[in-house]
Amino acid sequence: MSGAAPAVLELPSVAPAAPKRQLFVGTAVACLGGSALVGGMLAIWALLRERAVSGGARFPLDYIIHEVATNVMLMTIWSICLFAQWAVYAGTRGDRSHTALALGVGGVLAVAFLNAQAFTWSQMGVVLADDGYGALFYAMTGTIFVIGAIGLLYSVVAAFRALSGRLTDTDVLTAHALYWYWAAAAYTAIWFLVYVTK
Amino acid sequence: MTTETVLDPSHAAAEPTHDAPSASADGAASGSISAFFIGAADWVTSPDHKKIGRLYAGFGLLVLAAAAVVATLLGLERADDGTALLEAGALLQVFQVYRVGLIVGGLVPLALGLALAVAPLQVGARQAAFPRVALVGFYFWLAGLTFTIVALGRNGGIGGGDATGVDLFLAGLGLAALGLAATATSVATTVLTARAPGMTMRRVPLFAWSALIGSLGLLLVLPVVFGTVIYLFVDHRLGASQNFRGAPGIGAWLGWLLTVPAAIAFAVPAVGVAAELFPVTFRARQQLRGVAFAGISLVGVAALAAMTQQTAIEVSLSTDQTFGEFVDGAVPFLLFAGLPLLGLLIVFALGGLTAQTGIGTAGKPNLSPAFLFAFIGAGLVMLGLVANFLQGITNLELLGTAFEEGATLLVAYGALLALLGGLVFWAPKLWGVVVPPLHVVPLALLGAAGAALAGGSAIVGGVLDQPGGVPTDDAAVARLLSLDFSDAGSLLAVLGLIGHAAIALTVVAFAALLLKVRTSGVTDEPNPGKGHTIEWGTASPAPADNYPHVPTVASAEPAFDLSYEGTL
Repeated sequence: MSGAAPAVLELPSVAPAAPKRQLFVGTAVACLGGSALVGGMLAIWALLRERAVSGGARFPLDYIIHEVATNVMLMTIWSICLFAQWAVYAGTRGDRSHTALALGVGGVLAVAFLNAQAFTWSQMGVVLADDGYGALFYAMTGTIFVIGAIGLLYSVVAAFRALSGRLTDTDVLTAHALYWYWAAAAYTAIWFLVYVTK
Repeated sequence: MTTETVLDPSHAAAEPTHDAPSASADGAASGSISAFFIGAADWVTSPDHKKIGRLYAGFGLLVLAAAAVVATLLGLERADDGTALLEAGALLQVFQVYRVGLIVGGLVPLALGLALAVAPLQVGARQAAFPRVALVGFYFWLAGLTFTIVALGRNGGIGGGDATGVDLFLAGLGLAALGLAATATSVATTVLTARAPGMTMRRVPLFAWSALIGSLGLLLVLPVVFGTVIYLFVDHRLGASQNFRGAPGIGAWLGWLLTVPAAIAFAVPAVGVAAELFPVTFRARQQLRGVAFAGISLVGVAALAAMTQQTAIEVSLSTDQTFGEFVDGAVPFLLFAGLPLLGLLIVFALGGLTAQTGIGTAGKPNLSPAFLFAFIGAGLVMLGLVANFLQGITNLELLGTAFEEGATLLVAYGALLALLGGLVFWAPKLWGVVVPPLHVVPLALLGAAGAALAGGSAIVGGVLDQPGGVPTDDAAVARLLSLDFSDAGSLLAVLGLIGHAAIALTVVAFAALLLKVRTSGVTDEPNPGKGHTIEWGTASPAPADNYPHVPTVASAEPAFDLSYEGTL
């Protein structure tokens, strides 16, 4: 035996652990901000409606709200949540075809949601510049339209991420589902204040 | 030993630094135009959170200095009895440049920039969450602020006479709010998800905690601003301008953003800087860490709540009311105006306790210029919170006076000084330099004098019934400028303008000092400031990916454990 110290084999350091559920938490934080956006806008809506009604005016003036379309929108957006959750379920089990189907159907329903909003605009025929209601109506419903469009984009991104090799990494799928749950809750609040209680 | 890491500065120092691409480009083609463009492209597209944070802080300081200069001009206008320096028709917009620049252009980006630059390092993250979102947020803010200032230059803004200018002002404000909220999302998500192994939320450094609270506060405030801007924009540009009374009505819906208590919520990271520096200065562990977290949170959460209840934060001490009526007013008043003050008092009290512990065990404190900046700044913020508290007592008849401007200035300029202290403290990690104390101390004292003069003169002016508030039309501007020169009004205006000028000088001199020490103050010592948290275990300046190996921590103060434990 020689007196030399034994050689020390140093293994390369491990790769840093990926942050846990970063997209999910980031989406949750963004939804928190979105809640402040929608909540603030609804509060202003309620305040101005209160002012108009207490001043003796009718709110809205002479517009007929097509509640069938708005109710279908409500059912549609909650259905998207169902399909988004199905995508999470299938993705967790590595079921590519069901994940693709769930995201695809969710995306189609998101398009239907946006289409129904456009239909509501065309049927109600609210004139933007005529009175105070027009600006409020289009600002509020335009915001939920953009929220739906962002959701559709999120579905496309989630499909690319999940179906191109990261199927069992369900962070993007759960984050996508969370976004749609939040969007559905936001639309429910808008539906109740803008279309039901008016 | 309570750490199992780790913090191996010698290893970290061998890693490339975040400035390496620029430096290597300089070496390869020194002085060439291509090297400049390569360096510039590296800066403007970098996903490195430290660079984005420095961009925010740099532009925030620039705008704050500009706002202080504008405030100096307005002070001259107030003090100059009879001779108009500025065109009367432009004064409404000039006032708004000052207030928008102070809060949206200066305080918020400076606080958010320092949070983005330092918080990921402090929690042991190799990069910020969603760094490109943070970068896009910076450009949104910069573009939005530019639109806002351009709009004010063409007679837009609150009460503006040019319809396109008013629309541009609203669009710019909305864009800036959206950008700041995007960056706040990155900061909050980083602290929540990218912490090093072993760093539980209870071990998060106090500044990183304040960054989280401040970011969540921004995420709750700025979307409300954005939603209001959507309404105002649609109503003004496309609608009948009935709901919001057109351009003059903008002030009633958005004026709250430019004053207290909103400014208090935006100043939370400044409180975090002070809280972070007490244990470092007095070489002791933070005492009652959980209570310190609660104190910082109280400042942010209560200020946030106060923004939603601005009509309810008044109390009357009149004797001709029943006890029930008094309680009805006093409870919300104490909740919304008293709790932020209590939160900051807790932070200071725990700082004092930590100081006492440190002096008892480690002896002489390690007083640094960063601590001087932070201590003075947090003290001024405290005075601003006291002023915010007092103006809610209706018997004092301070509402609607310049007292409000004084409270806002004390908070904003105090936060500025504390954040400058943060930049000095973390300069080794951000720039790889140590800022010499001899240069910093005079700046801290000049800034303190400036903030005290600017805020104090407005406070005294409010007591003397000088009108205040964010002006919404020319009549309001005329009221703001109508000082009674037979009394102390002129003297106060002169003191105020000296204060604003001193602040502008402080900021400009601080920026010049940072540029100067880039060559003369270079250091590669990982922990020259004897910090306690894990960012002091990596190289100076911090590498692009922060840590060559993600550290595992088993203590809230791992660097303190390594440096001091054997001596205690």
